[in-house]
Amino acid sequence: MEATHAHGAGHAHGDGHSHHPKGVMRWITTTNHKDIGTMYLWFSFAMFMVGGAMALIIRAELFQPGLQYVEPEFFNQMITLHGLIMVFGAIMPAFVGFANWMIPMMIGAPDMAFARMNNWSFWLLPPAGILLTASMFVPGGAAGTGWTLYPPLSIQMGIGMDMAIFAVHILGMSSIMGSINIVTTILNLRAPGMPLMRMPMFCWTWLITGFLLIAVMPVLAGAVTMILTDRHFGTSFFSAAGGGDPVLFQHIFWFFGHPEVYIIALPAFGVVSHVIPAFARKPIFGYTSMVYAIASIALISFIVWAHHMYVVGMPVAGQLYFMYATILIAVPTGVKVFNWVATMWRGSMTFETPMLFALGFLFLFTIGGFTGLVLSNTAIDVQLQDTYYVVAHFHYVMVAGALFSAFAAVYYWLPKWTGHMYDETLGQWHFWLSIISFNIAFFPQHFLGLAGMPRRIPDYALQFVDFNQVSTIGAFGFGLSQLLFLYVVLKAIRGGVKAAAKPWEGATGLEWTVPSPAPYHTFEEPPVLTEAKGHA
Amino acid sequence: MATHNKTKSRLAGLALLAWSGMALAAWELNFQAPATKAAQTVIDLHDLMMIIIVIIFIGVFAVMFYSVFAHRKSRGHQAAQFHDNTLVEIAWTVIPLLILIGMAWPATKAVLNMRDTAQADITIKATGYQWKWGYDYLKGEGEGIRFMSLMSTPPEQIRGAAAKGGNYLLEVDQHLVVPVGKKIRVLTTATDVIHSWWVPALAVKQDAIPGYVRDTWFKAEKEGIYRGQCAELCGKDHAFMPIVVEVVSAEKYSQWVGAQKQQMAATADEGAKTYSLAELMSRGEKVYAANCVACHQANGKGLPPAFPALDGSKIAKGSKAAHIDIVLNGKLNTAMAAYGGQLGDGDIAAVVTYERNAWGNKAGDVVQPAEIRAARK
Repeated sequence: MEATHAHGAGHAHGDGHSHHPKGVMRWITTTNHKDIGTMYLWFSFAMFMVGGAMALIIRAELFQPGLQYVEPEFFNQMITLHGLIMVFGAIMPAFVGFANWMIPMMIGAPDMAFARMNNWSFWLLPPAGILLTASMFVPGGAAGTGWTLYPPLSIQMGIGMDMAIFAVHILGMSSIMGSINIVTTILNLRAPGMPLMRMPMFCWTWLITGFLLIAVMPVLAGAVTMILTDRHFGTSFFSAAGGGDPVLFQHIFWFFGHPEVYIIALPAFGVVSHVIPAFARKPIFGYTSMVYAIASIALISFIVWAHHMYVVGMPVAGQLYFMYATILIAVPTGVKVFNWVATMWRGSMTFETPMLFALGFLFLFTIGGFTGLVLSNTAIDVQLQDTYYVVAHFHYVMVAGALFSAFAAVYYWLPKWTGHMYDETLGQWHFWLSIISFNIAFFPQHFLGLAGMPRRIPDYALQFVDFNQVSTIGAFGFGLSQLLFLYVVLKAIRGGVKAAAKPWEGATGLEWTVPSPAPYHTFEEPPVLTEAKGHA
Repeated sequence: MATHNKTKSRLAGLALLAWSGMALAAWELNFQAPATKAAQTVIDLHDLMMIIIVIIFIGVFAVMFYSVFAHRKSRGHQAAQFHDNTLVEIAWTVIPLLILIGMAWPATKAVLNMRDTAQADITIKATGYQWKWGYDYLKGEGEGIRFMSLMSTPPEQIRGAAAKGGNYLLEVDQHLVVPVGKKIRVLTTATDVIHSWWVPALAVKQDAIPGYVRDTWFKAEKEGIYRGQCAELCGKDHAFMPIVVEVVSAEKYSQWVGAQKQQMAATADEGAKTYSLAELMSRGEKVYAANCVACHQANGKGLPPAFPALDGSKIAKGSKAAHIDIVLNGKLNTAMAAYGGQLGDGDIAAVVTYERNAWGNKAGDVVQPAEIRAARK
């Protein structure tokens, strides 16, 4: 692993009592939050590549009508694994990686609260990733149900489904332990003089995300366990023949699934709330209302789940209630967007790569939010449910939202991690290639959905050809652009202009008071906070 | 002269190709042309939301891009240090809330209308099977008609061995025929997994859930053929179970009902007849091609392990009773559906006979419709 060099360098001017093992044992046994954060990030990137390759298989098949490259069964496996891997393997671990690296440094703590458990929560991930990926190669292949795993279809699947269920169990355990760790760290290990309401915004978003995860991951684990017992132990939770109800699964799944959307989005909001003030050289606007907005988004996310299920035939009162509750989410989300714009207003802005990605996030996430508003409207959603419109919507939220924010985070903190500045020109190329190809890939999908193309089909009617071809071209452009990202990161790890302790003029916070690269151990003595050193 | 003509016809061919290419190049940007008032309502509602959204979008991003342009360090702009303004923050919480309440009112009316399935003229049950639709006319004119509706796009078109037809993937062997201007209530259910019955131009989409019955309705305003697809992932051939609704005048509908009734009467008494092996084999091959081939494949080799082979299988070589039972009643927790409700005695007898005598299977026995009728009891 390349990052070893960087940490070796960081370690050199560490302190006296670092008797940790060398080589591969260092990574297996480490309890250091920076090492573990690094491993989370590399794992996430590896899964991002695997899930991305699957997306390209999907898009290649959809370049033309007819079946060209893959069989429908395999196509269904690809959409399932792409979804599961991107959500649980790429996006979530990336933000846990950022949390591991940055939260202790932001709050002036020496490490995470439970350092050994931190190691365990990371090392659960590779087995889960292997289970998911390897399920492609077992007899019958991987689950071909879509990432939502709806029964009775999931009851019909082969052993690949059981592997997916166990992978979800393991990932859930890892997430729950990770969240307990983050919540405990934030609540207990803040430097003296840092009350909650002066804490950096990234910590706030993760504090709330941690609670969301602890609340909903067991629900998902329960749902998939019920599928497991329906499959093998003769229960009938989801089978009408035995007195069960297939729709029950959907209620349980989306009770997890909707908060999950915000589990992914909130830490992304946190990153953007650091990057925009730093490059606008101006404090974040409306810190207090930001915190309340995050908290209300999190609370509302628990009471809107059935808007994913408008066509299952729930009572009309249910449809109306879930529509109103869903529309309500637009209010706190709008507050956040307005606050970010107001932070930029009358600032003194520069546009380095992190800022570009943060602005890309803001612009595209808002589009995703608006299409979410369209979808919240039950009568319209009945037409758009399970079409490409929905696919476009959640990719605007997940890719342009969470992924662009993760890129902003990497470019923003890379100097702190490696001690080197990344190549600014290449970083900006990465941004422009990504944002243009992303829109080529996903904007046309809105039109496909409106015109009536269902999602999760390997073949389609002839009126959908043109936009599918455009979309595939964009998807390949987007996928290939990410190789440039890998190159930029590797280049910064290997060398480059030495980074100052605070490489960004407008950055604030404790993480910028330690040298770059950050020493192996930081804040063994809690820092002294004065009034002036407030939140980001 | 001959070459000249050839060139000319080639050019004409090219022009035709280009024209058809352009005709296919739909670049559709919006909903399909509506055929019901409900579909028009959805379009109006969507237009209204788009107008509001575009206005807000332009407002917010005009401010942002102005700021990006004007408040940059390279233009020498000094950063202000304000970070709160209670009045502004309350305003941009309350104003969006009021806009959203305004949007919720027409949305509520549309939902209430959409769900009012009372006082239907005709009630039809749509049953989702892996991977086809079955229709039963339960109430109103045509009561008692029932048939299966399978995709009729030939596999050669899907595999690229033949040119794709104009209604590629959106054509079926038997249309769901309904009269214009009548309220049609559609009950949806399924036998195996969840499907979803969706026709965009009619603005109906309703999940078909095994073991449960849901309902929706439409009243077509104009005659025509409206095409839709299954909208819920239901396994391998999810993309290949289209829905075609043919809306006709009241007179034409009555004619169609008459013809259907005659045809059903003709097939009703076949249980009493006996057939030769050759007759059953040729009929069985057709039934197999329509119902079984997607999983068990034309060569009987299946797609193991999900879809087992029939060629040389224990069931096809074993007792007739067990073979008839699995075809009639299906196999629990697998994709093997119960065909008892989908096919008549004659068809089941034929397909079982075919499976026992096709490929390497040489059972040599013949299954007659009377045996199926007996097995149903």
